[in-house]
Amino acid sequence: MTDATISAGVVDAQAPKRRDIRLKKRYAAERRFRFYGQAAIFLGLLFLAILLWTVVSKGMGAFQQTMITVPVEFSQSVIDPKNKRAEDPNVLLMANYPVLARNALVKALGVDPDDKKAVKQVGGLISDSSRVELRSYVMDNPQVIGQTVPVTMTANGLVDSTLKGHIDLNVPEDRRQVSDREVAWINQLVHDGIMSKQFNTGIFVNGASSRAETAGVGVAIIGSFYMMLIVLVLALPIGVAASIYLEEFAPKNRWTDLIEVNINNLAAVPSIVFGLLGLAVFINFMGLPRSASLVGGLVLTLMTLPTIIIATRAALKAVPPSIRAAALGIGASKMQMVFHHVLPLAAPGILTGTIIGLAQALGETAPLLLIGMVAFVVDYPATPMDPATALPVQIFMWANEAERAFVERTSGAIIILLLFLAVMNIAAIILRRKFERRW
Amino acid sequence: MSIFLLVTIVCVLGIVGYVLARGRVGGLEAESSVSYHSRPGYHGMHMAIATVLPALLILAIWAISSQIVVGNMVKGSVSQDVLGESAAHEGLTMGIISSISHGLTLLDADELNQAANGIEAARPLLASKGVAVATDASDPMVEAAFRYNSLERTSTFWRSVVVILAALLCGGWAWTQLGARVKARNRVEGVILGLLIVASSIAILTTIGIVLSMIRETGRFFAAVPPLEFFFGTVWDPRFAAAGATDSAGQFGLLPLLAGTLYIALVAMLVAVPIGLFAAVYMAEYAGPKLRSVAKPLLEVLAGIPTIVYGFFAVVTVGPFLRDLSAQIAGIFTGSPTSFIQAQSVLTAGAVMGIMLIPFVSSLSDDIITAVPRAMRDGSLGLGATRSETIKRVILPAALPGIVGALLLTASRAIGETMIVVLAAGVAARLTINPFEPMTTVTVKIVSQLTGDLEFNSPQTLVAFALGITLFVLTLGLNIYALYVVRKYREQYE
Repeated sequence: MTDATISAGVVDAQAPKRRDIRLKKRYAAERRFRFYGQAAIFLGLLFLAILLWTVVSKGMGAFQQTMITVPVEFSQSVIDPKNKRAEDPNVLLMANYPVLARNALVKALGVDPDDKKAVKQVGGLISDSSRVELRSYVMDNPQVIGQTVPVTMTANGLVDSTLKGHIDLNVPEDRRQVSDREVAWINQLVHDGIMSKQFNTGIFVNGASSRAETAGVGVAIIGSFYMMLIVLVLALPIGVAASIYLEEFAPKNRWTDLIEVNINNLAAVPSIVFGLLGLAVFINFMGLPRSASLVGGLVLTLMTLPTIIIATRAALKAVPPSIRAAALGIGASKMQMVFHHVLPLAAPGILTGTIIGLAQALGETAPLLLIGMVAFVVDYPATPMDPATALPVQIFMWANEAERAFVERTSGAIIILLLFLAVMNIAAIILRRKFERRW
Repeated sequence: MSIFLLVTIVCVLGIVGYVLARGRVGGLEAESSVSYHSRPGYHGMHMAIATVLPALLILAIWAISSQIVVGNMVKGSVSQDVLGESAAHEGLTMGIISSISHGLTLLDADELNQAANGIEAARPLLASKGVAVATDASDPMVEAAFRYNSLERTSTFWRSVVVILAALLCGGWAWTQLGARVKARNRVEGVILGLLIVASSIAILTTIGIVLSMIRETGRFFAAVPPLEFFFGTVWDPRFAAAGATDSAGQFGLLPLLAGTLYIALVAMLVAVPIGLFAAVYMAEYAGPKLRSVAKPLLEVLAGIPTIVYGFFAVVTVGPFLRDLSAQIAGIFTGSPTSFIQAQSVLTAGAVMGIMLIPFVSSLSDDIITAVPRAMRDGSLGLGATRSETIKRVILPAALPGIVGALLLTASRAIGETMIVVLAAGVAARLTINPFEPMTTVTVKIVSQLTGDLEFNSPQTLVAFALGITLFVLTLGLNIYALYVVRKYREQYE
């Protein structure tokens, strides 16, 4: 000790030189390191922003649809030339409605009715769905035949894309899908107030369609709703019961250890494997129908179960032991303690976990592909046993379509899906904020 | 009586039993001076459980076994030359019989009498109800179908009788148990505990179901294709055969798919690990509570977005962007703007998957880094190390096992990811080391082999299960090892 002090003093006396600890370099390294961290966070948020921006910018247009409102002459010579509609109701079903729509538009545009080619092109501005639209209008109001009434019809998908500016008009005419004449007509119609963009209710209520302008996610929303209902009804009670057993009653032995490892592993099994399970067990072995929301719901239940169990166990664990001791102390049985005291206190946590599990299930696509939810379903499913499709599967099917208008629809459907997910997650956060108790 | 109606009746009986027993015990208790062991509600529940549970158990057993018993009785009554010799032919005959018998239930009494004359009379009647009968159906089969239906009716009748009787008998027994000393609560709690145990074993059943169903189908696949050819084959060419033709043998080589899977997962990890890890370190060690409370949930939004959305993003934005970018680069260096990155490529799929995995890496590592004890940090800082030196030399080494576990879990996600690769990686199965070309993965092939109308017993569809079990074993191995590492590490500091 004394030696050291003396020698140190000697050194100090000779030269007060500081040891080189490369401070400059080390501080530079520190700054670099910090920068890497900031850059990483920035990059992550940037990706998120680009992703959301892509979807929103491409998809907002899908909530608007170009409609054409023209006075249509329901001439008897086209609908019912032989005046037989009283005897044969099929006359009204089979009538050539697109001609009515075409004639109305030809008149509105002032095109020469004898120019066959021009007339045909004008007819192309209207969607093929005008047949159904006009037909149902006439079926509902048969007295309209012989009169001229303004009717709103859906415009063709290409017209819709043109009006929304998705088609580059600077490209030479022979290399784009709309001709200059059609563009001129569109401009004229918009100027006359015949053609306009309106809020698109079709995307919410329509079923599958091969034409982008009439395709909607109605069936998919119903299918997804059925599945969420099944998941909720099955996964919540089973998950809560399993967690209660594991957390409150299970003895520590090999069996419960096995269950525990199992649940953790199931949570990380790729979702597509659950699809294979559903195909092999529910469809091939039990003989349940393909494409049914029931099978989808069962598969998603098995997938969501680990999530709910893990969340519920965390919520049960968070209830302090003093509550349990107090309940037991005043004479409650263990079962009463759990169901009368612990479970109500853990309920907000369980609810949050369930909502998050449901949100996960809502966005899941891969297992549903294998059990036949990739289906072209036009009609609403009446029960969970009917063929249906699901929101994410509908997105997958539209993403595979080549048409430009379908990209917009796909993004629109994604916005709807993300809105649902956002609402669920925000509800979970609010629930947690409101009911969370710190002991 | 349909099963649904029967269940409803039993449940109503249970509710009635609950109300009656609770009321009776309440009344008895008020009159007598003895205090009862269990509250009236527990006696009610005891009564309800006794009414419902045995009846439903009997119903379940009956529903499952009656099909087998009736099927066997009908099969025994049909002569051997109608059934055919081979097991496959037998199955076919029984299938025809069951479809005829299903059709017969749709007919009314007159039509039934006509149909009883034989197959020639029955066929048009059934066709009018939308039931098509196979061409090799014969008269004895129609007879068997009639016998099947009458047996089925008898079974349904006795099922209703037995189930309702069981409910009444067991309920009656429970009614005799309404005494002061009966421990109704303990019995009810015992039943509830049993239900809890059943619920918790569903997780095990799921795993067993996954393994058994896959092993069964994989076994059938390996009967057609030798395992060696599957596991070590380098050519994937399943050759979709027309339905019915089973002789066309495709080649089912796993290696190109496995290579694609691992390659894309590698690219994804190369994107996700540096960004996720640096983000986690910054969040845990540098960021103030304000930044943390904003950035952390925002990053986790990335994890909440469904993978199909990432797939769409890859197809619509990232793929074309990389393709155009590569065309620009090629234009600068060679003068001819030909793109060398294809829109569907390993790079596209990997990069987008990497973005998806960032929050997994960052939130898992964040937890592990914050779990490193404060004292280790303070010690290092106190000795004069800078913060980054502390992180690099002290915290990261201490957290390393946990981080490795987190990365393994992330890798298993990357391997099992489906929707991004289905849309962005391409379907061409080939072996290449060029990341700018499309490759395909195990999950893509599972999806493409099973979507479409294929015969379920051809190797072309069964291979999906062999691929599935490969995937399952691969991810299970990674998960178990990762959980083991994480668990072991946690115990160190607790």
